[in-house]
Amino acid sequence: MIAYLDNSATTKVLDSVKDIMIKVMNEDFGNPSSLHLKGVDAEKYIKDAKENIAKILKVKEGEIFFTSGGTESNNMALIGFAMANKRAGNHIITSGIEHASILNTAKFLEEQGFRVSYIPVDKDGVIDMDKLKAEVCEDTILVSVMHVNNEIGSIQPIEEIVKVVKAKNSNVKVHVDAIQSFGKLTIQPKKIGVDMLSVSGHKIHGPKGSGFLYIAEGVKVKPILIGGGQEKGMRSGTQNVPAIAGLGVAAKENYSDFAGKQAKMIELKDYFIDRVSNIPNVKINSKKGMEGAPHIISVSFIGVRSEVMLHTLEEYDIFISAGSACSSNKKAHVSDTLKGIGLSNEELDSTVRFSLSYLSTKEEVDYCIDTIEKNIEMLRKYVRK
Amino acid sequence: MINFKSFLIKYGEIGVKGKNKFIFEDALVKQIRFALNRVEGQFKVHKEESRIYVDTLSEYDYDEVIEALKTVFGIVYICPVVQFEDNGYEDMAKKVVEYVGEMYEDKNITFKVNARRAKKNWPMDSMEINRELGGEILAAFPEMKVDVHNPELLLNVEVRKHINVYSKSIPGPGGMPVGTAGKAMLLLSGGIDSPVAGYMISKRGVELEATYFHAPPYTSARAKQKVIDLARIVAKYSGPIKLNIVNFTETQLYIYEQCPHDELTIIMKRVMFKIAEHFAKESGALGLVTGESIAQVSSQTLQSLGVINEVCTLPVFRPVIAFDKQDIVDVAIKIGSYETSILPYEDCCTTFVAKHPVTKPTHEQIARSERHLEEKIDELVKTAIETVEVVMVEA
Repeated sequence: MIAYLDNSATTKVLDSVKDIMIKVMNEDFGNPSSLHLKGVDAEKYIKDAKENIAKILKVKEGEIFFTSGGTESNNMALIGFAMANKRAGNHIITSGIEHASILNTAKFLEEQGFRVSYIPVDKDGVIDMDKLKAEVCEDTILVSVMHVNNEIGSIQPIEEIVKVVKAKNSNVKVHVDAIQSFGKLTIQPKKIGVDMLSVSGHKIHGPKGSGFLYIAEGVKVKPILIGGGQEKGMRSGTQNVPAIAGLGVAAKENYSDFAGKQAKMIELKDYFIDRVSNIPNVKINSKKGMEGAPHIISVSFIGVRSEVMLHTLEEYDIFISAGSACSSNKKAHVSDTLKGIGLSNEELDSTVRFSLSYLSTKEEVDYCIDTIEKNIEMLRKYVRK
Repeated sequence: MINFKSFLIKYGEIGVKGKNKFIFEDALVKQIRFALNRVEGQFKVHKEESRIYVDTLSEYDYDEVIEALKTVFGIVYICPVVQFEDNGYEDMAKKVVEYVGEMYEDKNITFKVNARRAKKNWPMDSMEINRELGGEILAAFPEMKVDVHNPELLLNVEVRKHINVYSKSIPGPGGMPVGTAGKAMLLLSGGIDSPVAGYMISKRGVELEATYFHAPPYTSARAKQKVIDLARIVAKYSGPIKLNIVNFTETQLYIYEQCPHDELTIIMKRVMFKIAEHFAKESGALGLVTGESIAQVSSQTLQSLGVINEVCTLPVFRPVIAFDKQDIVDVAIKIGSYETSILPYEDCCTTFVAKHPVTKPTHEQIARSERHLEEKIDELVKTAIETVEVVMVEA
């Protein structure tokens, strides 16, 4: 049996997604910018995808801009916004547990002369609201926070963040990295006053190289890819029509019977956490129920190095992620998130992440936990002395 | 630039091997052919009058050919050569002047003609050819000047069966053609040192086979792939390498359970050497090769090397034994293995490395500890040998 429990890394492409992509490549391969019929046919896929996504987010189609994925969306949101709004202020706020495509982009903006504040998180991985409030000032132009953390599944109270930030300075715009939450939580940016939102296609059973950035009407963003003026000049380059069509189908599928899908994931997550809690000497870094994301379970198996656990499970066709590079390995990057929630070195070294999708099954979870139970004693016997 | 149709291959040491010369030349021809297999185009490699030539029979990329030839041990110089029929002096002079004209855009250089006359019945001797050709070149290109001591352009003109004109000598790697000095077993890890050791031994004409020990789940599939990639880089120079991949996990765990922790590395390496030697003897290799260098780590002190070495009857060759790390890195960069060696896939599997390993083990001490292995070690080693995974690695 195979248990793919690394859905926060990437997901298997749905058959319906594959089908529409093949159709685009085989039949409707035109350039959506072409004036002829082939171009019109291709353009229709983009319109359909926009329509699907706009419906899910309850926003206007014109507020969706397709990109090559999460990293580009985050880059565009930070760099594009900073470039367009530098006269309004010089200060950007983000959290200390963001994905590298935010943290490293923020560092790049620091090099360009912007001031960036990094708000720390508490032991549950939720940002400190008092510190956030304290940091917002006259000079602040943007606050960027992730909705669901990719490593531990903590959920940021976006609605509250928007309120706190805009109460102090109504000119500040808020960007949300929703790459791990789209498809897992209900997301309505306009309703709660979010100005920009990043999404990636391959985390929701769509193709790699697909994604979008939602930009609320009236928010000024400069394009970071310049050329022929596609996507209303916001993202030049011939659209990746197969990927966009696939993304649209994946999103639509994910949000049909969404309540059922979400409930299934939460039930499975809670079941996983209950079972893994029976193993002695483990630390669960994710929350049960709706207090955490429905699909991410971070566990520290004290005494077993994360890579050793990963490679042991891999021999059984069980696929997971290591939580962090080894804290003793000077060359590798130690996770900011896991350090941020205050894990000890011993816990850091032994943290792995399991991540579900709505296609995950109880059989996969059982097979995974059974395998861990079978091997953990042996694995714990061999530690560096 | 001239579109060269031939390359003259100059070899050093192997020219002086007396009656065995042809063995070395044939090996070199074979290795050149092998290297050129990687290059697009058709080539003819042949011996003629005690020289080796590469003739190009189709379109080819000059830089690719030079790069490939630079990986062939035994080549001292690669000389792109213009070759033509002997139609007498007038014709030769005309072609030599053409060569200089095309080859050197900037004529403001010093030169010297260096003629060699292998055809002793030719009407002019080499001194005359030098003088006459020098005159013709000066007449054609008045900016050029003769400098017989330190010319910028040394124009070689050889009167043989054909006439050869060349002025460019690109250094090859030197050494001896692979296959002329037997075979050795390289203990290949994912590090910087062992690929360099393999390269250096191979440079002396030694054919390589290799053994790698992996310990899943303590080492990853990427770490294994990295070793295969390193073998592929070494194989660019050494020719195909048979890589024995030994699963060492069970043996390693047993040693971990039975032996003092600070001696783990020494005892593990002793077992690895024995297994590698087994494969060496099986395939007729005449020695082991390692990337060890004195005092680089605890298992490479003279005491440790000695205790490890004594398990083998075959000689163990350590070409980088007296190299500083930086010297090894320099070679690794030169041969193109460095970037791969420093990939961080060795993850943090330091489980089996003691925090304070012994640096001065004695034979008695280790033998005492190994007595605790008597019950199972032979069986485990046997299984490790039987379950070996063999990968044929070609560049």
